[in-house]
Amino acid sequence: MSAITTAHAIDTHHDDAQVKRIWKAFWVLLILTIIELALGLTIYNLDKAATPNETLILGIKGVICILTLAKAFYIISIFMHLGDEVRNFVLTLGIPATLFIWFIFVFIFDGNSFRNLRNTDAGSRPYIEQVQQQPAPAMKAGEKN
Amino acid sequence: METALAQPKSKMWGGGKSPFNVSYGKLMMWYFLMSDSFTFGAFLISYGSIRFSLNRWVDHNYVFNKFPFTDANLPLAFVSLMTFILIFSSVTMVLAVHEGHKMNQKGVEKWLVWTILGGLAFLSCQAFEWTHLITHQHEVLVDGVLQHWGTTTSHNPWGPDVMYHGRMVATPGPVAFGGYFFGITGFHGFHVFTGVVINTIMLIKTKMGDFQKRGHYEMIEKAGLYWHFVDLVWVFVFLCFYLI
Repeated sequence: MSAITTAHAIDTHHDDAQVKRIWKAFWVLLILTIIELALGLTIYNLDKAATPNETLILGIKGVICILTLAKAFYIISIFMHLGDEVRNFVLTLGIPATLFIWFIFVFIFDGNSFRNLRNTDAGSRPYIEQVQQQPAPAMKAGEKN
Repeated sequence: METALAQPKSKMWGGGKSPFNVSYGKLMMWYFLMSDSFTFGAFLISYGSIRFSLNRWVDHNYVFNKFPFTDANLPLAFVSLMTFILIFSSVTMVLAVHEGHKMNQKGVEKWLVWTILGGLAFLSCQAFEWTHLITHQHEVLVDGVLQHWGTTTSHNPWGPDVMYHGRMVATPGPVAFGGYFFGITGFHGFHVFTGVVINTIMLIKTKMGDFQKRGHYEMIEKAGLYWHFVDLVWVFVFLCFYLI
């Protein structure tokens, strides 16, 4: 065990480079988070409009998802040092993780399908959006405080 | 050993070697974290599935707009503070691991203390947020009667507004919101709590000089992996509940 640990140990020559790498990852994560927040606030402001541009909002949400994946990559590869491990070992973690692609795809489609079935009584009637006796443009819940 | 090397087929996995170049403990910590990521993944995907199955969800920008000591409408502000705290405590943890590689006991102690403080700060923020959500009551129109609801696992006052006696009043929103929010952030908070406990044990063991005697600080690395995982999960919880 100690042999492995010493193999991972960093001599003083690489010390500064390693510390620099850690702080660089920190700044990248911080900047990505700030961009995400800016995009989140953009959605908030776009949503205030009487007829929000739903396509644009969906696009921004997609960008936020990609930024989140980038953050996850930085945390795993730099902070958790997985980028420095043996390739085969990384694959034993990476390959099972690809199941998530299927999980997300299938379960979200399932939820969406369930909504359509409920809205149309399993396709027996067209969907009429219920605007609950509220005059458009509707106020958001909680806007009063 | 000589005979094992003589057979090229079993060179890598024939024993006497560590094919993944990591110790057993670290390897198993990684596999535990992978299984834990599937637990969190199942929760979050189930949440996504339910959200997609409903015509309306709550608008997170109006639910999470509270910042301590002010009544101003500040969407995203408090949760971004929580996110920064957790990212920062992740950095201090990785610096503690780094000092451990250099066998610098004082450095490990210093950065572990910062990590523990970061974890406690995060937990305090979460306690505040939960308390505010549960105890802060909102006017809701339930079956034609005005009531006052906090946000709990059984009550959701964040539904769409309707006209009631000449003014706009909220109606009940989907009940699933409270269950998912408190369930998932609670499970994550529980991980942060256990992370703080583990880090505290590591700090005590470091102070006692256990790792110095052992000749390596690998336990700090394993605790660090767990702590970074907690940060990793928060990245996705932050995405799913507060951003999209």
